Amino acid sequence: LFLRDIVDDDDDDDLERVSWSGEPVGSISWSIKETASSSTSSLEGRDSGLQKGSSSYAALPKQVSSYSLSSLFKGEVPHIQHGQMFFPLTVSRDNCSTLGVGSVCSLERFRSLQDKLVLLDEAVAGHDGNVITAVLIFLKRTLRREILFRELEVRQVALCHLIHFLKEAGEQKLLLDLLRFLDRTEEVALSQYREHLNIQDVEKRREFLKGCIGLPFSAEDTSHIQDHYTLLERQIIIEANDRHLETAGQSEVFRKYPRKASILNMPLVTTLFYSCFYHYTEAEGTFSSPTNLKKTFKIPDKQYVLTALAARAKLRAWDDVDALFTTKNWLGYTKKKAPIGFHRVVEILQRNNAPVQVLQEYVRLVEDVETRLNLATKYKCHDVVIETYKDLKDRIQLTAYKCKVERGSAEEEKINSILNNMQIRWKN
Amino acid sequence: EKMFTLKPGRLPQADVKNIIFFVRPKLELMDIITDNVLREDRGRSPQRDFHILFVPRRSLLCEQWLKEQGVLGSFIHREQYSLDLIPFDGDLLSMESESAFKECYLESDQTSLYHAAKGLMTLQALYGTIPQIFGKGECARHVANMMIRMKREFPGSQNSIFPVFDTLLLLDRNVDLLTPLATQLTYEGLIDEIYGIQNTYVKLPPEKFAPKKQGEGGKDLPTEPKKLQLNSAEELYAEIRDKNFNAVGSVLSKKAKIISAAFEERHHAKTVGEIKQFVSQLPHMQAARSSLANHTSIAELIKDITSEYSLNSLTNLNITRCETTWWTSFSLAKIASEDFFDNLTVEQEFMSGIDTDKVNNYIEDCIAQKHPLIKILRLVCLQSVCNSGLKQKVLDHYKREILQTYGYEHILTLNNLEKAGLLKPQTSGRNNYPTIRKTLRLWMDDVNEQNPNDISYVYSGYAPLSVRLAQLLARPGWRSIEEVLKMLPGPHFEERQQLPTGLQKKRQHGENRVTLVFFLGGVTYAEIAALRFLSQMEDGGTEYVIATTKLINGTSWIKSLMEKLEPAPF
Repeated sequence: LFLRDIVDDDDDDDLERVSWSGEPVGSISWSIKETASSSTSSLEGRDSGLQKGSSSYAALPKQVSSYSLSSLFKGEVPHIQHGQMFFPLTVSRDNCSTLGVGSVCSLERFRSLQDKLVLLDEAVAGHDGNVITAVLIFLKRTLRREILFRELEVRQVALCHLIHFLKEAGEQKLLLDLLRFLDRTEEVALSQYREHLNIQDVEKRREFLKGCIGLPFSAEDTSHIQDHYTLLERQIIIEANDRHLETAGQSEVFRKYPRKASILNMPLVTTLFYSCFYHYTEAEGTFSSPTNLKKTFKIPDKQYVLTALAARAKLRAWDDVDALFTTKNWLGYTKKKAPIGFHRVVEILQRNNAPVQVLQEYVRLVEDVETRLNLATKYKCHDVVIETYKDLKDRIQLTAYKCKVERGSAEEEKINSILNNMQIRWKN
Repeated sequence: EKMFTLKPGRLPQADVKNIIFFVRPKLELMDIITDNVLREDRGRSPQRDFHILFVPRRSLLCEQWLKEQGVLGSFIHREQYSLDLIPFDGDLLSMESESAFKECYLESDQTSLYHAAKGLMTLQALYGTIPQIFGKGECARHVANMMIRMKREFPGSQNSIFPVFDTLLLLDRNVDLLTPLATQLTYEGLIDEIYGIQNTYVKLPPEKFAPKKQGEGGKDLPTEPKKLQLNSAEELYAEIRDKNFNAVGSVLSKKAKIISAAFEERHHAKTVGEIKQFVSQLPHMQAARSSLANHTSIAELIKDITSEYSLNSLTNLNITRCETTWWTSFSLAKIASEDFFDNLTVEQEFMSGIDTDKVNNYIEDCIAQKHPLIKILRLVCLQSVCNSGLKQKVLDHYKREILQTYGYEHILTLNNLEKAGLLKPQTSGRNNYPTIRKTLRLWMDDVNEQNPNDISYVYSGYAPLSVRLAQLLARPGWRSIEEVLKMLPGPHFEERQQLPTGLQKKRQHGENRVTLVFFLGGVTYAEIAALRFLSQMEDGGTEYVIATTKLINGTSWIKSLMEKLEPAPF
């Protein structure tokens, strides 16, 4: 027996007080409720005749219409007490003599599978989330798993509702069993993978990720999960080694640029940057070498060059930058090329305050003439400007540029000598 | 008596008898409440009573949770407060349910649709039964069904109120996934995109709002962000909010002249009567001047940002604090000044159907420079939607680059985006978007930002698909676009609700119909501006009121679909 004061009026009072513009909103909604309770009270009145046994339980009529089921519980939330599910019934004042204030209905009355399924279908038809959840909790407890799963398979709304509920309530095991039953294998895989976020200890996380590899992901995703595991595995090794190196104090780069954070759980590209920063010269054989990372994770040239460039530029290692873009062709001649536009190279170098002589080299390599001129002018790469105007045979611009260079400088001399060159066929 | 924001820890001192928790039924909030209750000093006197008020409904799950934490019994009253639709302005209502889109489209959980239906029933109780219901989308169908059922179950609610609304249009957000992804270009839309408007308030960087008083020197620059309320009660704001940003400047300078002239009047006032009149106008003029000052500052802020994306405005960094420490110069460098327009250019290319089937260079560059992840996601989703899904190779390429740059754990978010239809492989091998674009005239080359003649001004060329559907429904009706409607997801339907005799409205000649447009899953300020534009069109024939589950922009929307990732502690 469970008695609880259900203060129906309180609900109405809330509605009456509430109003945004100061108008008595409550009056109309209140009248709806009154009408509703009078329509259900007629239902209850009919049913009271059907009662047997304990008078504080009301039998839910089997033919209850879909919305009425919800209207019986309107505003009230089902709860669990003494292992039983209770639906408090809101009663109007007229009927409290018959049913008693604080009556509740126990779902335990729904014994047979048939009854339970009807209850579920009615709950779903009523669209009331709380009622559906309550019924599902009841079914979860009172039905064998296989039966529950089988019945839910053909009831999409209830199924989705249960899945959502299991996710919210953190019932991971049951959720995975359900998904496996439904053959929603990818979801099982992703759901399990998601759990790795809750594991803080890196070693445990690594183990967990290893276990995820065999899961039924899509082909593409499988390779990503594999990469995630491999990356973390590498990071653990690198982190351990580098911590050692740091404390030993022998390595110059670690002394000059002490690490402010660990590399664990960082994305791949960040790890590559780190590697290009601290372990650039290492041979491919070591786990921390950039080339090893590139090979293992199949990092495209473009990304690799960009990252290496950024790291070496930050360290002001201009020779390394140079080597990055220099290739020897079969004749032994070197030439410069880049999988990214040279204007990008210039941008990154400039951001790292590269000296003009270095910057100039790369501005010179920018293919598009207009861009080259813009960058050269912007960053005061005088030689490049001068050469370009000379190539364009633009005497006017070259003359105009004289005022941008220092009086008596080598650049001014250069301009003058070019302007005086009789062999150039100027276009203007 | 006093209102405090919910946070963990001990409850504030306040000398009151009752403490009421006023919350949405979310489990995370239950944890905070549990913490508050457990830390309450039971020995204190007088003892304080706890109550809890769920908005808009109580939740079994939450109460179970509280029970499991052992605190359920501490609450004397557990009630609910049925706040479904909240008025944001004279023509705008929102449920402010941020998880509605995710629940409906990812989890098939229709709870928010139930609340939408209830909200609509309340509206009808106040403003009369709506005689005609049109809808497009699965969720729209559910809401309409629920409304009809609810009406049947409560026959007594037949009221004698003259219907204010002629039509209800229910639209699923997933009928138009494109619009929220594009950068809004109205004044209000840009404020929301850049700073985020929360419940009609916006917090702005304070520098431009410092009062220029004589003798105060430059010493005390305010550090607290400037908080402003934005709604139609402010005359100037009502005038400029829905304009394309490029048209705002001229309005502000005109206003400046008018206000200056008004203040000059004091020199012309000769008689006592005239002076008295001037003085009586003063408060209004001062309010107008202060309003003008605020909006001039905001317009300047926006101008700065749209011509130079600075570090401070990148509010959606998805990089852990550890990364920002020294990889900053590499990954978060000050982006070149044309970035806003580069971004916009790419958006417009996609929306007009250009090169949507290949990997885009700008997007790749942004990933390489590690721009905020949400920005990348908006762009790739936009490309996918404008291509009816990406070719498998292109999709795999983007996914790989994103995972390698931002972390593998984002597989979970990418999966959500695929489920929502935002970033997916092209299944049928056919791209429907060009047909949809051409038939509905979604891309208008000759857009006039200053004096628009079409809704496409809100995105400087792109007419929001959702609003076009509303526009065509009114005139000439959806029969004319049957074929295109079939290409969009979900059923379309019409329902009629019986009005009691005598209440059938006969529209006078020249009187506008009133249509309530309900966006299930979210609506943007730009779409609202477009509907307002239609409302004030001469011979438009229809006025619009807008309702929605949530006011959104592309960033907040994508964010709601991202998996919550715990940051790894160090």
